[in-house]
Amino acid sequence: MTTTYRICPRSGLQFDTNAEKLMRWHAVAGVLSLLVGGIMALGVILTRWPAVKLLEADVFYMVLTAHGIDMLIFWIIFFEMAVLLFASSTLLRCRMATPKLGWVSFWLMAIGAIMTNVAIFQGESSVMFTSYVPMQAKWHFYLGLILFAVGALLTCFIFLGTLVVAKAEKTYEGSIPLVTFGALTACIIAIFTIASGAVILIPTLLWSLGYIREIDSLMYRTVWWALGHSSQQINVSAHVAIWYAIAAIVFGAKPMSEKVSRSAYFLYILFLQLASAHHLLSDPGLGSEWKVVNTSYFMYFAVLASMIHGMTVPGAIEQAQRLKGYNKGLFEWLRKAPWGNPAFSSMFLSLIGFGFLGGISGVMMGAEQLNMLIHNTIYVPGHFHATVVIGTTLAFMGLTYFLVPVLFKRELLFPGYAKMFPYLFGLSMYMVALVMMGAGTLGVARRHWDMAFAGSPMAYEWPGAAYLMMGLTGIFGTIACVSGGLWILQIVFSLLFGKKLEEGEMRSTPIPLTLPAPTPGGAAHPPATPGTMVLALIFLTSFILYYFVNWKYLSSLWSMA
Amino acid sequence: MSAILPPSERVWWNQPIDKLEFTWIAIALVWSLVMFAMMIWWHIFGNQNLANETYKTTKEMYAAKTQAVVDQYTVRTGDEAEKQFPIVKPPAGSDIYLIGRLWDWWPVYELEHGKTYKLHLSAMDYMHGFSLQPQNINIQVHPNYDHVIKITPNAAGIYSIVCNEYCGIGHHTMVGRMYVK
Amino acid sequence: MADQQEERIPVMQQVLDNPFLLLFLGITIPTVLYVLWGVMEIANIPVAR
Repeated sequence: MTTTYRICPRSGLQFDTNAEKLMRWHAVAGVLSLLVGGIMALGVILTRWPAVKLLEADVFYMVLTAHGIDMLIFWIIFFEMAVLLFASSTLLRCRMATPKLGWVSFWLMAIGAIMTNVAIFQGESSVMFTSYVPMQAKWHFYLGLILFAVGALLTCFIFLGTLVVAKAEKTYEGSIPLVTFGALTACIIAIFTIASGAVILIPTLLWSLGYIREIDSLMYRTVWWALGHSSQQINVSAHVAIWYAIAAIVFGAKPMSEKVSRSAYFLYILFLQLASAHHLLSDPGLGSEWKVVNTSYFMYFAVLASMIHGMTVPGAIEQAQRLKGYNKGLFEWLRKAPWGNPAFSSMFLSLIGFGFLGGISGVMMGAEQLNMLIHNTIYVPGHFHATVVIGTTLAFMGLTYFLVPVLFKRELLFPGYAKMFPYLFGLSMYMVALVMMGAGTLGVARRHWDMAFAGSPMAYEWPGAAYLMMGLTGIFGTIACVSGGLWILQIVFSLLFGKKLEEGEMRSTPIPLTLPAPTPGGAAHPPATPGTMVLALIFLTSFILYYFVNWKYLSSLWSMA
Repeated sequence: MSAILPPSERVWWNQPIDKLEFTWIAIALVWSLVMFAMMIWWHIFGNQNLANETYKTTKEMYAAKTQAVVDQYTVRTGDEAEKQFPIVKPPAGSDIYLIGRLWDWWPVYELEHGKTYKLHLSAMDYMHGFSLQPQNINIQVHPNYDHVIKITPNAAGIYSIVCNEYCGIGHHTMVGRMYVK
Repeated sequence: MADQQEERIPVMQQVLDNPFLLLFLGITIPTVLYVLWGVMEIANIPVAR
């Protein structure tokens, strides 16, 4: 394949046209998965809304399985592969390594995604996202996941190969950009994730075909979560990279300290994957030492890293804004931020929601003993809708608004809706996460068709507040689904019917990256960031309070030893 | 210099860190270590720690042990259900075996509050989720593993055991009971 | 510029600039601490009598 380069006239970015095409296809495949997953979300939410209870039990569990897999695996990983291609070939201004293999990997992923969806909708693979043994799905359910994973693994290697190409062909000087470093973190976690997935899904496939007699349920759960949870840690690394990218694109913000931000990513590389143990804290057989070391990401070093990113991203924005003269008081920099720019507002809502709702709840339920309070309750999906939907998906959706003109060369249609969308979708998801966590605190089970236990001889009656929370989940969830659906329509319409924008210059050789020479005598001392520090301290206070309230709650339970 | 460009300084490792940024890192580190210590502290001083005592077993062996307890200590038969659950009242301190299966928890125990029992949990088919309500104690239950937890109920009442691990089409009907006198 | 070229790159920066070393660490640590240790714990669960 010949390599040509396009210089985007709107962003100044240089795209290898092979990589660009692959990015577009990955992004589109991701959005299509999001569409399927979103329709399924509506089915889930309208069934769990006690007053509506839309679907029959068998359909509900099928729909819930599809929702989990299409969202947590297909949507985000397709999109993340586009992010990897962007962060390597585009940001390093080089050619992409092995574009042909890139297509092989894309089609493996696409065929895998279709195969698993077919298996689910045939109705005999309603085994949930987790597909815990000994419950068995049809063989093509597992095979689809394996093909998808192999494809994603190839793209990870292409990403690493592209780093090598850029270094060998000297398209940049010094170290890779911070955003690329974040993508590298995501790539490393992805490789661990996929390898673990292979270790457990290949035997499971053989078991579903009858070649293996039995798979141990505890062994399965332990290794499977190295896939299931780590795959969500790819998201964390990727969406933090996108926070930095959007801060750079919108504000021209530079990281407060390369050393601090990269070291924080380094802690992710070392320890983030250990959090897979969060799912096994209430399981038999695994020792407390194993549980404590792993669930705490080895002494909470990855939480430390997230708290650092949570401060340095807004801190970098504050510095950039103060340099522009927004210096009044603690928060003028924030008040005067471009709240009507959906890339920024999505990113900021993503950051706040991820920290306050997803982060705090995640650490609480990841404490070994506290986990008993919420294990398998709807608190857990409450938590991960805060991390994966508000944290990751909202950041990706905001970035897509930037990509429509830059990558797809189309003018965005309905810009008025784009202004509203982050608030409509983001804030309704804030509410969904909150009320789900509320219901979970009262004990309501996740993955459960009927909280009234219809047909059970010894039905339990949940407190009225639990019904209220599940009703609110239904209402806010519906708002989120509809606004997300409109976002998909907006993007699809823009890609199909938006005004075509100028391609920009096409070249056969890349322009190497040139940097402005460092300011003589070192950079001017950057302004301090008191506003960000206040936000960080508010966060810490809520964190400490909520954490200890839950220990208090735990201490009121039956004694257990 | 920005996050989407390479660092402008060739050696960025030695650049000074902003004072507030450094303060925040120090605070976050201390808080991380506090949370880590908290789990260990609770193992020593807390009363709610999930035991790690677990044995590999078989469904047949576990069912036989449960049946033995039921045969020995059944006091009456419950009338809540068409299925007629045995209500079992073992003496304080004894081993009580609970079976999770499609789709009930079997049998129903009657315990005394303030007394300690060794609760065994295992599943006969798929995984199940032991969710004691309204206490909100939630434990994963595996087939072929016998998980032993010393429990001491602290208040009298009627408790329900909801299944909170998806176990098939009748999952929502899987509710058991435990009486504490 | 000239004297900056001569400044040695600190070890930690060299580590962070080496993607394959990072890849090795990022795979090894969770594999050992989480997967292998966990699997060993499960394999060592005693059999009920």
